[in-house]
Amino acid sequence: MILLAVDWALVLEKLIFIAVIITISLVVALYMTFGERKVAAWIQDRIGPNRAGPLGLLQPLADGVKMFFKEEIIPTSSNKVLFILGPSLAMITAMLTSAVIPWGDKAELFGRTITLQIADVNIGILYVFGVVSLGVYGIMIGSWASNNKFSLMGGLRAASQIISYELAMGLSLIALLMITGSLSLGEMVKQQQEGWWNFFLQPLGFFIFLVCAFAECNRTPFDLAEAENELIGGYHSEYSSLKLGFYLFAEYINMFISSAVMATLYFGGYDILPFYDETAWGLSANLMALLGAAALFVKILVFIFIFMWVRWTIPRFRYDQLMNLGWKKLIPLALFNMLVTAAVILFLKK
Amino acid sequence: MEITQILFWFLSVLAVFGALMMVTSKNPVYSVLWLIVVFFAISGHYILLNAQFLAIVNIIVYAGAIMVLFLFVIMLMNLNAETEPQKNKWLKIAGVVAGCSLMLVFVAALRQSDELLKAPVSMGGETGLIKTLGKTLFTDYVLPFEISSVLFLSAMVGAVVIGKKGD
Repeated sequence: MILLAVDWALVLEKLIFIAVIITISLVVALYMTFGERKVAAWIQDRIGPNRAGPLGLLQPLADGVKMFFKEEIIPTSSNKVLFILGPSLAMITAMLTSAVIPWGDKAELFGRTITLQIADVNIGILYVFGVVSLGVYGIMIGSWASNNKFSLMGGLRAASQIISYELAMGLSLIALLMITGSLSLGEMVKQQQEGWWNFFLQPLGFFIFLVCAFAECNRTPFDLAEAENELIGGYHSEYSSLKLGFYLFAEYINMFISSAVMATLYFGGYDILPFYDETAWGLSANLMALLGAAALFVKILVFIFIFMWVRWTIPRFRYDQLMNLGWKKLIPLALFNMLVTAAVILFLKK
Repeated sequence: MEITQILFWFLSVLAVFGALMMVTSKNPVYSVLWLIVVFFAISGHYILLNAQFLAIVNIIVYAGAIMVLFLFVIMLMNLNAETEPQKNKWLKIAGVVAGCSLMLVFVAALRQSDELLKAPVSMGGETGLIKTLGKTLFTDYVLPFEISSVLFLSAMVGAVVIGKKGD
């Protein structure tokens, strides 16, 4: 009797690949905390962390160990189940998006052709959008379960902010979809490899997407949810130890993943150079896949740097300014972008 | 059993269990969270039917937007068993009668489902995909589609009118 007719080799391959991607995300996020502090120090003309290990490189490990050994506090008046569910959900939704991002071209290993993408679903970009819209639950549930007014305020701010900026993000994506005609991220990268990078076709759309990505990640200037001078710590006021660490860490993973999404959508993903056919180099498929993945990571690092640069340059918005920017500026701008794109496509097809 | 069958039973049990928990939970926040679980199970069913677009839109719209607003309102009003006013006896009886009538309608609707099962359903690879869906919507069903957009517009205008009432 065959219980399950499954290609176990494929399952194993995917499991290993998922483990690798998650490990890479975690390590990158770990060193992003270090990078953040170094960039902040550089912008503020300081030295930054330099004590733990050579050049302070062991600082994130020290921070992690500190988080582990802090006292675990669950407030007596909180809802315990949801209090623990909150940070877990934040972490899970942060990791989920990595499933549809094409990390590189096909590679050959042990006689198998391996696609460097966990799942090339034909609705990839909608999947990203769906997971982003679920990201707010971690914050909302945690903030409500804390049973603290300031936490709840932070959670509500986060929720309304994410819902507002999702609209502009979706509208800027529609313009992009009109050009590509496909929802699959793998397909989008292939098109950009052969033609232009989408950034050159959709500069305004990219700008709107970038601003919305900042807002979705709750990063300054949009970090109203944890405005420490008005709300103590916002939604994670009551959290301590590793649960606080999960919330903070999820933010960095979100930044990493949204950088990857932006690089994939607008900057050619694992395409190495714009307007250039890399196959002319005549390198083997494996080497090209490796170089492509490296190119993607360089792009991701540039975006991460922009995230940090903006955080330490622009002060936080006031709440009404945030809502005005989202509803009265970005959404009309995105609609305008969509109309212009549609008109140009129609004109070119005639 | 094939893997799709196992998934089907798993998702069905999850959906029914989630729905029961949603109705019986005392705490409205738990009810909302169980309802989200139900939406996920139903999205899983859509994927099994090869309707990926429907599955993900179900998650974006219902789990991602509408339930967030539900949660929003429930958290702000801080509803719970203590503050909930006790409903009077007649209201409870009316609720039971209404529920039983709904049950009756469901049974009547599902009575002939055996015959439907015999009819072959073509679930080809292309049926639920976004391309097929878009083509069908904008050719065969273009009028209902456009009319439903007017419905949304009227809902938006209504929301603005309610929001402006205070000024």
